[in-house]
Amino acid sequence: MATQHARSAARLMMAPAVILLLGWMLVPLTMTLYFSFKRYLPLRGGDLGWVGFENYARFVTSSSFWPAVQATLIIVGGVLLVTVVFGVLIALLLDQPIWGQGVVRILVIAPFFVMPTVSALVWKNMFMDPVNGLFAHLWKFFGAEPVSWLSEAPLFSIVLIVGWQWLPFATLILLTAIQSLDSEQLEAAEMDGAPALSRFFYIILPHLSRAITVVVLIQTIFLLSIFAEIFVTTQGSFGTRTLTYLIYQRVLESQNVGLGSAGGIYAVILANIVALFLMRIVGKNLDA
Amino acid sequence: MSFKTALCAASALALTAGVAAAQTTVTIATVNNGDMIRMQGLTDDFTSKHPDIELEWVTLEENILRQRVTQDIAANGGQFDVLTIGMYETPIWAKNGWLVPLDDMGDDYDAEDILPAMRAGLSHDGQLYAAPFYGESSMVMYRTDLMEAAGMEMPEAPTWEEIRAAAEAMTDKENEVYGICLRGKAGWGENMAFITTVANSFGARWFNENWEAQLDSPEWAEAVSFYNDLLENYGPPGASTNGFNENLALFQQGKCGMWIDATVAASFVTNPNDSTVADSVGFALAPNKDGVEKRANWLWAWALAVPAGSDATDAAKTFIEWATSKEYLALVAENEGWANVPPGSRTSLYENPEYQKVAFADMTLQSINAADPSDPTVGDVPYVGIQYVAIPEWAGIGTAAGQEFSAMVAGQQSPEEALSKAQALVTDEMEAAGY
Amino acid sequence: MARAVTTRRKTINSLAAWTVGLLIFFPILWTILTSFKTEATAIADPPVFLFFDWTLENYSVVQERSDYMRFLWNSIIIAGGSTLLGILIAVPAAWSMAFVPSRRTKDILLWMLSTKMLPAVGVLYPIYLLFIQLGLLDTRIGLTIVLMLINLPIIVWMLYTYFREIPGEILEAARMDGAGLREEILFVLTPMAIPGIASTVLLNIILAWNEAFWTLNLTAAKAAPLTAFIASYSSPEGLFYAKLSAASTMAIAPILILGWFSQKQLVRGLTFGAVK
Repeated sequence: MATQHARSAARLMMAPAVILLLGWMLVPLTMTLYFSFKRYLPLRGGDLGWVGFENYARFVTSSSFWPAVQATLIIVGGVLLVTVVFGVLIALLLDQPIWGQGVVRILVIAPFFVMPTVSALVWKNMFMDPVNGLFAHLWKFFGAEPVSWLSEAPLFSIVLIVGWQWLPFATLILLTAIQSLDSEQLEAAEMDGAPALSRFFYIILPHLSRAITVVVLIQTIFLLSIFAEIFVTTQGSFGTRTLTYLIYQRVLESQNVGLGSAGGIYAVILANIVALFLMRIVGKNLDA
Repeated sequence: MSFKTALCAASALALTAGVAAAQTTVTIATVNNGDMIRMQGLTDDFTSKHPDIELEWVTLEENILRQRVTQDIAANGGQFDVLTIGMYETPIWAKNGWLVPLDDMGDDYDAEDILPAMRAGLSHDGQLYAAPFYGESSMVMYRTDLMEAAGMEMPEAPTWEEIRAAAEAMTDKENEVYGICLRGKAGWGENMAFITTVANSFGARWFNENWEAQLDSPEWAEAVSFYNDLLENYGPPGASTNGFNENLALFQQGKCGMWIDATVAASFVTNPNDSTVADSVGFALAPNKDGVEKRANWLWAWALAVPAGSDATDAAKTFIEWATSKEYLALVAENEGWANVPPGSRTSLYENPEYQKVAFADMTLQSINAADPSDPTVGDVPYVGIQYVAIPEWAGIGTAAGQEFSAMVAGQQSPEEALSKAQALVTDEMEAAGY
Repeated sequence: MARAVTTRRKTINSLAAWTVGLLIFFPILWTILTSFKTEATAIADPPVFLFFDWTLENYSVVQERSDYMRFLWNSIIIAGGSTLLGILIAVPAAWSMAFVPSRRTKDILLWMLSTKMLPAVGVLYPIYLLFIQLGLLDTRIGLTIVLMLINLPIIVWMLYTYFREIPGEILEAARMDGAGLREEILFVLTPMAIPGIASTVLLNIILAWNEAFWTLNLTAAKAAPLTAFIASYSSPEGLFYAKLSAASTMAIAPILILGWFSQKQLVRGLTFGAVK
């Protein structure tokens, strides 16, 4: 049991991290809250007085609000789906004995090291460009009409780009989890004549549930705030304007700080709802 | 380490940095267009003349640049000493007292030589606040060889109907030749600049005298569906994501029959190093609808200004003097030839017999002179600006509306839908701004 | 017989795995290859894969246009500095959470993680104003602090999960031998925690290196890292694929190489210690 002395020492050691994060959270958030009740237009002289909840009302009633929420959910959900499904499949494959496993693993994790701006630029120009992109060449080779990916299938394209970046992360976590699976149990099941599919659903998948939870949690944290990929590719056109991007446009393009701040507060609330939901699951898992 | 110590350390570091620097550093925010990249390449000429000034370049893509620079000046961030801004920002910012007036340039600078249209657009209350680095209007650039093959001839001042006919004749999708390339990428300085000039040339306007949005007018409907039809029938694939630079690349590769865009593009499409069609480009005035007195010419200048928060005002002005001087033009001419000189800023350039030999010089000047920002539309309007509306809300409005039109070009909605959405959001924004 | 089946299966599996691996890696490979082409070859139809005249011209053009070394140096300082600072603050916190847990430890941990969900755009304007007030705009120190703060929850969480794996008995044994708190940390804990700390450091360097919101919005020239370097190539100027590829390769190469060399630790780090 820890002594009283150890306890106070522990509190002291925790203090810097806690205080810094508290400050990092509270100071800007308070300012955002303050701005959100103001008519604040830097291009028209800045602070133009209090307006109560007008900004909040305006933000949600604007025609772009619900589409933005929808786009956010589709992108986050889509990327989670893609990374988890393909992550499990690739992890299963890499778990088998293969030649050059180390090299294959290096190839698979490589996208994780690529900065988002670079990957968005490369995908947008060198692959998805409808005239000079590699996909266009490929489509033409098979006699098909090249697709203008970013305008004809914008959400799909964004999910593809972001999914590519996060696939290594999901794969690695899932692979680690699979490797810890008791192989005797699997072999026993195989002996009993359980078909591969039911082995997967009754033994492997339950074993992976914790790892999948971790993947979902951590990716959601990062995906809710994706910015660079949209900024570089469509700049919010074609229904790819996420909540994050909508706020960015309000603050930086329209220079309407009050309105954008109200949006920011909504985003904080949304993120916290998601967080609460996820924390419940993970909190349980942390005890396990 | 606590936050406070970190801050102390930061300020201490900043202090030593200030002492250590014997030179004045001028931080220049600029756009990654060809002429600016060239200027960056010629930095040595400036630093050899002014060894006490060091230049730091921040070169950004147009949309990023605009946001960064606006953010910086509105919040008085003081990150830059020289800003590359346009005709839209200059008068608004000058009015807010955010820019340093450029009235005390050197004796041989000859501010009177700046083209009157540019001077007017970059001034506030008769005072120059930004010096034009280059100026532009818009015009038709077309492939003479394709026109000839189609047995057609481009009039010097075509109508939209003639443009449509030419586009139809030149389109050969089998061989990836598209009759016309136009801007479709969303942004107030991208597709909205072009669409607004089309609207003007169909007799439409953004606002009436009472600041009520007019996008529900029949003129707008006609203009927008004409633009949409052109791109749908004769445009390249993915037109909805093409901006100036994307279209430039397409034209240089010989994939566009016509391209209506900035006059500065002329020097890029006729440069044999970059362009595969350099020998066969012709120029014509921007079109209008038959019978409408306004043509689809815009007027724009990329200009250099000093923010009021700069701590190196004098050095910044020295730099601007260099970059927008007659000598700079001569320097570029010497290094790259007259065709590559930044155009549209000075009268003397168009009087220079060397420059008059350049194929597009005359048409550029004609186009610039045909544009008048103070009288942009057929109907009366309460605003200044041809391809923009010179109010602070325009950047937000233009970009949001631009996204609706971009979605229209992508085939996601009809021109009617795009216009009614744009009308609604413009009305919203104008109400929010208190008009 | 059995062995033949295994070999056959292994061959099929290997083939499948290599195909998948190459497919995932292809965009990077293509970028690197394109960076050695001329602009005309870069858009050639049909695309050329390996047999073209290799050229280094794009790299010299990019270097000439923007001073690569300065951006690289800023990236190194900011990513390294923020990670170092973060570790210094996080190690004591994670240590006390792991070894002197209280009722609230779990809540604090989860709360820390939840600050990570604070949408950056929501606080951009306030942070910008604060930075102006404090004179931190476009300084490496300012950026280092911000990146440290946004990654701190992750650092704490990772270290916590690693530290928890260190058996408590070892500590008790050390205490029996009369080791004080200082010796305990220095001689017992630290050696055991090194692998965990190494993984944490690596992952955080990568996260900080690739961070593209704050690094773009809070810098201009002096402190701009490689994310800003690439932003100046984000729209074409005429033909540009080869130049873009060269700039991209230069921006990602350092971290790609670092990542590959430290693969093993990284795999550990990537799982955030949460999956064994």
